[in-house]
Amino acid sequence: MNSTPPLDFSVNKETRTVYITREFNADIELVWEAWTTAELLDQWWGPKPFVAKTKVMNFEVGGRRFFAMVSPEGEERWFIQKFTSISPKINFKTYNTFADKDENPELQGSEWDFNFSEQNGKTKVSITVYNESLARMERMIEMGTLKGCAMQFKNLDELLPTLSQK
Amino acid sequence: MRRDIFQAIADPTRRAIITLIALQAMTPNALAEHFDTTRQAVSKHLRILTECQLLKQEYKGREIYYQLEIDKMKEIDKWIEQFRKIWETRFNQLDELLSTIKKQKK
Repeated sequence: MNSTPPLDFSVNKETRTVYITREFNADIELVWEAWTTAELLDQWWGPKPFVAKTKVMNFEVGGRRFFAMVSPEGEERWFIQKFTSISPKINFKTYNTFADKDENPELQGSEWDFNFSEQNGKTKVSITVYNESLARMERMIEMGTLKGCAMQFKNLDELLPTLSQK
Repeated sequence: MRRDIFQAIADPTRRAIITLIALQAMTPNALAEHFDTTRQAVSKHLRILTECQLLKQEYKGREIYYQLEIDKMKEIDKWIEQFRKIWETRFNQLDELLSTIKKQKK
C-alpha cells in the first residue's frame, strides 16, 4: 500500500515567506523533468478543478514560462515565471508575477527558490517563496476561493487507489 | 470604511503593533514609546487596525487600551490553510503523474 509523504508547509507572515517541502517517490531526473517541462507541468500544476495551460516556456536563465490557470468555467488567470538561475537537477530560481492575457505583468511579484535532492531513489523538493507584499500573497491563493467555485479538494484516500502499485 | 485584513498586516509598523499587543493590552502612549514615529502616526496605524477589526478598544478609567481580536487573527490562519491545501492537491497530482511515467518506462 502506498502512503503519501507528508507535506511540510509553513508561513512566516512577518517576512512574507512561505516554505514548502515534500518528498516524491521518483528519482531526481524524473522529478526535475516534471518541474521544468511545460507538457509535464500542465498535467499537475493546476490544483483541481483548475488546469494549468502553458503558452510559452523557455527553460533557460533569462527565459520564462507564461501560463494560465484555467477554472472549470473557463476563466483564465495569467502568470509570468522568469527563470533567474538554473543549476540542473539541484536548483532553479524564478521571479513570478501576475499578468494579463497579453503578458503585461503586475508590479509586485514573488521570488521562488526550488531545491532538489535525491536520497534512496526518492527526491525531496524544497521551495521558498518570498512575496513582495502580503496583499500579493493573498492574491496568490485567491484562485482557490473564487466566488461560485467551491474547490473540491480530492481526499487523499480517493487518490491513493489510482496510484500505481509498486 | 471597511478595510482589508491583509492590508492591515502589510505594513511593518502595524505588524510590530500587533506583536506588542498580542503580549498585553496597551494604551496608545505606551505603544508610541516603542516606535520612532510620532504619536499621530501610531494613532493612525491603530485606527486602521481597529477598522480591520484586528484590534478593539477598551476603556479603563480615562485610558483607552487596545487589545487583539483573536477571531480575526484566525482568519489569516484559515487563509494559510487554504494555501496549504492547494499545494497538497498539486503534489498529489504530481505523485500520480510520476507514477504513471514510471509505469510507462517499465
